[in-house]
Amino acid sequence: MSVTVSPRRLRGEFVRKVKELSGENLQLCYQCGMCSGVCPAVSNMDLSPRQVIELARLGMQDEIAESKTVWICATCLACTVNCPRGFDLSRLMEAIRLLTLRKNVDHIRPEDISPQERCELPQIAMVSGLRKFTG
Amino acid sequence: MKTKARNLEEPAIASLEVLGLKLEEIPRWNCCGAVYSLAEDDLIHQVAPVRNLIRVKEQGKNELATLCAFCFNTLKRANLLMKENVEKRNTLNSFMDEEIDYSGEVKVVHLLEVLRDEIGWGTLAQKVKLPLRELKVAPYYGCTLLRPREVAIDSVENPTILREFLKALGASPVDFPESTRCCGSYQIISDPGAISAYVWNILSSALSHGAEALVLSCPLCDYNLGQGQKELVKKRDEFKRMPLFYFTQLLALALGLDPQVCHFELNYGSPESLLREKDLLS
Repeated sequence: MSVTVSPRRLRGEFVRKVKELSGENLQLCYQCGMCSGVCPAVSNMDLSPRQVIELARLGMQDEIAESKTVWICATCLACTVNCPRGFDLSRLMEAIRLLTLRKNVDHIRPEDISPQERCELPQIAMVSGLRKFTG
Repeated sequence: MKTKARNLEEPAIASLEVLGLKLEEIPRWNCCGAVYSLAEDDLIHQVAPVRNLIRVKEQGKNELATLCAFCFNTLKRANLLMKENVEKRNTLNSFMDEEIDYSGEVKVVHLLEVLRDEIGWGTLAQKVKLPLRELKVAPYYGCTLLRPREVAIDSVENPTILREFLKALGASPVDFPESTRCCGSYQIISDPGAISAYVWNILSSALSHGAEALVLSCPLCDYNLGQGQKELVKKRDEFKRMPLFYFTQLLALALGLDPQVCHFELNYGSPESLLREKDLLS
């Protein structure tokens, strides 16, 4: 498969928006893979955390949009505290999620949470889950 | 805290009275929002935690103690934002013009820090009436007590605060490598099937290191680790159920308080049978 990397993508709207929303310098990452190594959810992900950073800074928004990785992230911050460059990957994950959620495209539907689950789940599960997965 | 996590709050209030500290509930408190907003342009979600901090300042108090690790993380991070980011602080104070101005004057602590720093392990040990002898408990921190670094109550890589707490109560702490691994958190809402893998990683490690129970601080970790076990018992023959305790329950028990204040009936895994086996409950 061929991939086109162009100045248009590198300086495009997607890269600008993720930098702005995350407040992080994507160029800090030197692709050591520490984030992927410590991520407790990496075995469920199609793109590893390391790959998400690389694709984000190359402006590959379609590939990232097709991936489920940012929706599997539980914001545990294992990546953030272990990054040797001090890059806060949790903010990049949040920025990518928000680019979808702010278009009114929710990742989950609150009505899909069953009445039984609503009775049993701790309140913080509902509040945090709906904050992370709905706009 | 008033409903599903009564077994975290009530033993805490009772225990701290015995230790000479009175917890005062913040008037007009609101939900802190559970998670700290990570977007640079999102200030509206900082209003909820900051309002709680303003309530504390209004009372003339300078310290806010939390029991829930999730709330601790959100409140402490919001507090740091107000302390360190002048522009965002000014914007939030202008927006909340019906409130007094706030700039991070209140200190946010978790109850474990209060026990370590204000009471001390030595004093705590002296007040223990029922040492939790023979109880092999694995300390489980999860994420929110230790990450990010700027809010951590202990070493991010090698925390020992729960180990010291358990030793002060006379229990046998069982260290294990997954004590700071995520339980899956809010993924219980979107992908509950994935939670059992997280739970297996944590509990199988604790079991293989000789733990009989786990101690924790967060209602979401408690739920995930409890619910996850129900699935694991069906899927894996080799899995042995592990009772879960809130640290405040073990505190109340060791201080000799009436076990009814612990509300063990709300715990996963009926820990009463383990406690009876160890002669810690009649």
